[in-house]
Amino acid sequence: MTTIHVNGRAYEVAVEADTPLLWVLRDTLGLTGTKYGCGIAQCGACTVMIDGTATRSCQVPVDSVGAADIRTIDAIEEDPVGRKVVEAWVATQVPQCGYCQSGQVMAATALLKSNPKPTDGDIADAMTNLCRCGTYNRVASAIRQAAG
Amino acid sequence: MDQLLSSKALSPKALSAVPFMRADGVTNLSRRSFLGFGTSALVLGALVPGLPRIARAAEATAIKPGTRVPAFLVIGKDNTVTLLSPFVEGGQGISTGMAQIVGEELDVNPSRFTVECAPPGPDYAVINGLRMTGGSFSTRSSYPLMRKLGATARDMMIRTAAKRLKVKPESLTTEDGHVVHAASGKKLAYGDLAAEALTLKPNESVALRDPATFRYIKQPVARLDVRAKSTGKAVYAIDQKLDGMLYAAVQHAPNLGTTVESVANESAVAAMPGVHSVHRLPGAVAVAADSWWRARKAVEALQVGWSKPKATGFDTVAADYSSQGILAALKSSTASGASAESEGDTAAAFATADKVVEAEYDAPYLAHGQLEPPSSMARFNADGTLELWVPNQMPELFQSVAAQASGLPPEKVILHTPILGGFFGRHFLYGSSNPFLQAIQLAKATKRPVKVLWSREEEFRMDAVRPLSFSRFKAALDKDGRPTAIQVRTVGEGPIGRWFGSVFPGPVDASAVEGITEKPYAIPNRSMEYVKVAHPVTIAFWRSVGHSMNDFFYEGFLDEIAVAGGRDPFELRMELLKDKPRHQKLLQTVAAMSGGWKRGPYEADGGKRARGVSMASPFGSETATIAEVSIEGGETRVHNVWVAFDPGSIVNPAIVKSQVESAVALGLSATLFEELVYKDGVRQSHNFDEYPILTRRSMPAVHVEIVESGAPMGGVGEPGLPGVPPAVVNAVAALTGQRIRSLPLAKAKIDV
Repeated sequence: MTTIHVNGRAYEVAVEADTPLLWVLRDTLGLTGTKYGCGIAQCGACTVMIDGTATRSCQVPVDSVGAADIRTIDAIEEDPVGRKVVEAWVATQVPQCGYCQSGQVMAATALLKSNPKPTDGDIADAMTNLCRCGTYNRVASAIRQAAG
Repeated sequence: MDQLLSSKALSPKALSAVPFMRADGVTNLSRRSFLGFGTSALVLGALVPGLPRIARAAEATAIKPGTRVPAFLVIGKDNTVTLLSPFVEGGQGISTGMAQIVGEELDVNPSRFTVECAPPGPDYAVINGLRMTGGSFSTRSSYPLMRKLGATARDMMIRTAAKRLKVKPESLTTEDGHVVHAASGKKLAYGDLAAEALTLKPNESVALRDPATFRYIKQPVARLDVRAKSTGKAVYAIDQKLDGMLYAAVQHAPNLGTTVESVANESAVAAMPGVHSVHRLPGAVAVAADSWWRARKAVEALQVGWSKPKATGFDTVAADYSSQGILAALKSSTASGASAESEGDTAAAFATADKVVEAEYDAPYLAHGQLEPPSSMARFNADGTLELWVPNQMPELFQSVAAQASGLPPEKVILHTPILGGFFGRHFLYGSSNPFLQAIQLAKATKRPVKVLWSREEEFRMDAVRPLSFSRFKAALDKDGRPTAIQVRTVGEGPIGRWFGSVFPGPVDASAVEGITEKPYAIPNRSMEYVKVAHPVTIAFWRSVGHSMNDFFYEGFLDEIAVAGGRDPFELRMELLKDKPRHQKLLQTVAAMSGGWKRGPYEADGGKRARGVSMASPFGSETATIAEVSIEGGETRVHNVWVAFDPGSIVNPAIVKSQVESAVALGLSATLFEELVYKDGVRQSHNFDEYPILTRRSMPAVHVEIVESGAPMGGVGEPGLPGVPPAVVNAVAALTGQRIRSLPLAKAKIDV
């Protein structure tokens, strides 16, 4: 039994210690907002915040997170910065297929929490998530809008 | 067509000889041979031999697609509207577009619509009797029908209100979901009228709204799905779950076409945590477990002995099969071709040419790389039905094949079509490249609901690919550098021939030559031939299909013609289009957008840059594209892409621009980075680390201007793509003098 803290709640989960956090979130806890894209931390669809840092959950064994505070897209609007990011995403009409956007929003929220006024270079460095629909320019402009 | 189908005398062979092209089809649709056929039952019959055609055809005959209002609209007591759409939403914005079109005529603000993909059924065969989401057909094929549907429903509301209020229908108007009687000030909500209204017999002729008074159509209405997609609440196939469900993971044969011969450690794997059962499937092994991660670990632990692929040849993906080998085979083919386009006398033009230009172009196999890996969920219900949740672009086809596979009649197969996490052509039916048959088989074997999910690695192994392609070009130039003749030999295979070959048995596969044929340029003598050489691999539609490589070939070669004749590529195009005002206007528009045409090289931001131009005529639309590039450390960097886009007329300018931007990104990704290489019978890329796609860092600024020429409505989702590869490659040539004739650019050494 492992205890993890997700979106302000403690969960006891009975899974193998090396199970990626992604699959605990999706299949064990039913938090399917976090997406599986590649499983090798290339695409970023599975991005969550662990103690405020954007982290690709497909490469995080569940036994490595300890008591860390895990935040997922499912509770993004409980976070004031997250709420601002979502509003900017809606205003800029960022998503197309939308599948990568959970990860994009989480990465953007983590960026703005640590760096409220990112430069274009900061955005480029932080936002490495893949988007097959090519929404990259709108992602960047939504982040600039959320940063105000 | 339906009468033909109901005749028992017709064998599949006889059916394939029926001339499917309809002379009276929608102009843009019949232009491409894909759309001209009569009923979905017919197409399904051709695609799925052994399908009980007659029953399906009879059912289809009784219902005229797009006319039965209750099949499309559910209006709640709370006045919300649910639209059952013929099309699946996969990012292209079709759900919002449909809400705008229906909402405009129904008189309901589209923002109050919920749009779902309709279940299989003859009502939804709105593309000339066929149903699918693809070919950039959705809006242009159904626009008049969906307007009429909305207007018909509005008329039913008015008639019902007239009866209730005991007034004449002519005395009533509507106002955003309400029927209004101005004289008395009375107002009835559609939600209160719907139950009765939707039982009325529809009026055959209803007035459509004057386009001058449109409030929603042509407006940048916000997408209906954006908030859900920004908060993780949108539900894709991969996210679905059923009570008592098992998760399944699969390991496919390394060489397509080989089978399981032995499993060394089956009982050890069956004892792994959470494992329910181990299964042998055609060309694969599977594990069902209580979570997908456990299923995956277990299936990857299986030690499988696979049968050997054939050593060589084209019948299977042989042990020596390679991209290099097939390209050599396409190049060295000496078979005589079928004429894809012929005009004038090319031989005479070459005999009197001042100069002759020749070149060979090729493009690689490509993966779709949609970010949602394929999954499917299946459940056999107690009432004898099979229920499926399957990402797909053609519900009736999947339903029919599922029925065949499970031994059930089609009406016992309930198919749900969830939104797609990208598709780009991925979710048509491509033999073993779709997981739903595995889900059915596993649900049957385990007597439990099952969700099969392919890992990204399995998806790279099984995805159906954009065909590797090859064309040889030759042009005759006169003394003024003007092309007098062009001759093209295209060798290969296209997805229409592969998957719809029994419907279109002709010698020329439109999907292999589109973009080489039907170009707008006034080159008087033309001879394009096509030689079919079948690939042993699973090939697919991929965003913009044949245009995705052919416009690169043709427009790249046209720049070679210009250079050989000492002409500026932009000016030469303008001259060759002197009788085509629509195309000339687009070229002038894109030039103006980019600050006036300049080829370069020129200095900008401390470096050298140059520009390339191209045109394309994909899917009933027209595009003119300019790309600006520099070379940094041997790599091509694209700074700006300008696209002037003429789809005739539009529904949502914001979505149209997004789609063009998205098509530019995918086109650029293919130009710069992508190739799925076969070597020794297997694919060399297993995940995105070995198949790089466009990242944010390589995304240029994209500038899109919509030109509504008023020509018949063309497609939107795909047409932005084909102009990008040639514009970029032409810019690279302008900058470096180096002509790239084989994609992607990443494999070429480029020096300034």
